[in-house]
Amino acid sequence: MTPMLYLAQRATALILAVAVSVHLATMIYAVRGGLSAGEILARTNGNRWFLAFYALFVVAASIHAPIGLRSVLREWTSWRGRSLDLAMVAFCLLILVLGLRAAFAVYRP
Amino acid sequence: MNTRTSTETALPGGGDLTVRVWRGAEAGGFQEFATPRRANQTVLDVVTEIQREQDPSLAYRFACRVGMCGSCALVVNGSPRWTCRTRVAQVEENGLLTLEPLRNLPVVKDLAVEMEPFFQKWTQAHGYFEPGAEPAADFAPVAPSAPERQEADAGIECINCGVCYSACDVVSWNPDYLGPAALNRAWTLVNDVRDQGQDARLAAVSGDAGCHSCHSHMSCTEYCPKGLAPTFSIAGLKRATAKRIWRGGR
Repeated sequence: MTPMLYLAQRATALILAVAVSVHLATMIYAVRGGLSAGEILARTNGNRWFLAFYALFVVAASIHAPIGLRSVLREWTSWRGRSLDLAMVAFCLLILVLGLRAAFAVYRP
Repeated sequence: MNTRTSTETALPGGGDLTVRVWRGAEAGGFQEFATPRRANQTVLDVVTEIQREQDPSLAYRFACRVGMCGSCALVVNGSPRWTCRTRVAQVEENGLLTLEPLRNLPVVKDLAVEMEPFFQKWTQAHGYFEPGAEPAADFAPVAPSAPERQEADAGIECINCGVCYSACDVVSWNPDYLGPAALNRAWTLVNDVRDQGQDARLAAVSGDAGCHSCHSHMSCTEYCPKGLAPTFSIAGLKRATAKRIWRGGR
């Protein structure tokens, strides 16, 4: 892991610590409060704060997870080198696209 | 020459120790010996007694016997230790000692390992003083209270015994990992204000084999017989390499 990847993983961990907490707390609050899926979507629809929050969440996760997965794979398998790095870039893009698509779908269903 | 084991009397009623000793190289097995318990005997005393009294073909390594040279480390009952300063009474389990060569290094024979990869990594980590192309014009005043001096002092007493290297999980997962001892040495040099090779050193300790691969399990710190804390030295290197990024390095 280069110092840049190390710093990127630590910085995104800071964002994720807050984002995951907010995400879980909001989910539990909304469901226990008796809101239906339709009522939740009515609140998220067009809410730019909601979109910005989840876009940041998704970007942080898409950077954080592949760096960690790369380390795990390097330690537990013999996979090394450029093919591993390219696979992790692909994994990053996959999370990014799927995550942003989901966040945008809830913002504008 | 160590004569203590043969001149010191056996403890009355002390019984025998059962000692399981690794024999062979990477492939091999345990051979069992029985040795008398003696007052204040160390694990190294036991190995020496076996080699001198029972089986002269047993290979092991020691030199100073007083915790200075770092050559006698073994895995004793599952934990890496300096055997010359480890008393049997501290570590025996129901009269049983199991002795193995250090982990993460190739076994030459029985309890002796090849230390070459360990010292190669000291070189790879730039664990040597770099005076620069030109000799210094003057003495560098270093106050004992200077923060850099204190950081260097905290890690400087390493005796290169390989205990931390044997204890490190990351070395066992990634054979290229430089390991706690080499990184600890690099950190003492990062804090040497006279050294002119910092940029190359910080580059050398970065990357997949370097300080950023440390999981902070702290096994090195737990087992270091000198009470050093390589984990904190490695954390220092992480900070120093991060600062280097801001200065334009990679």
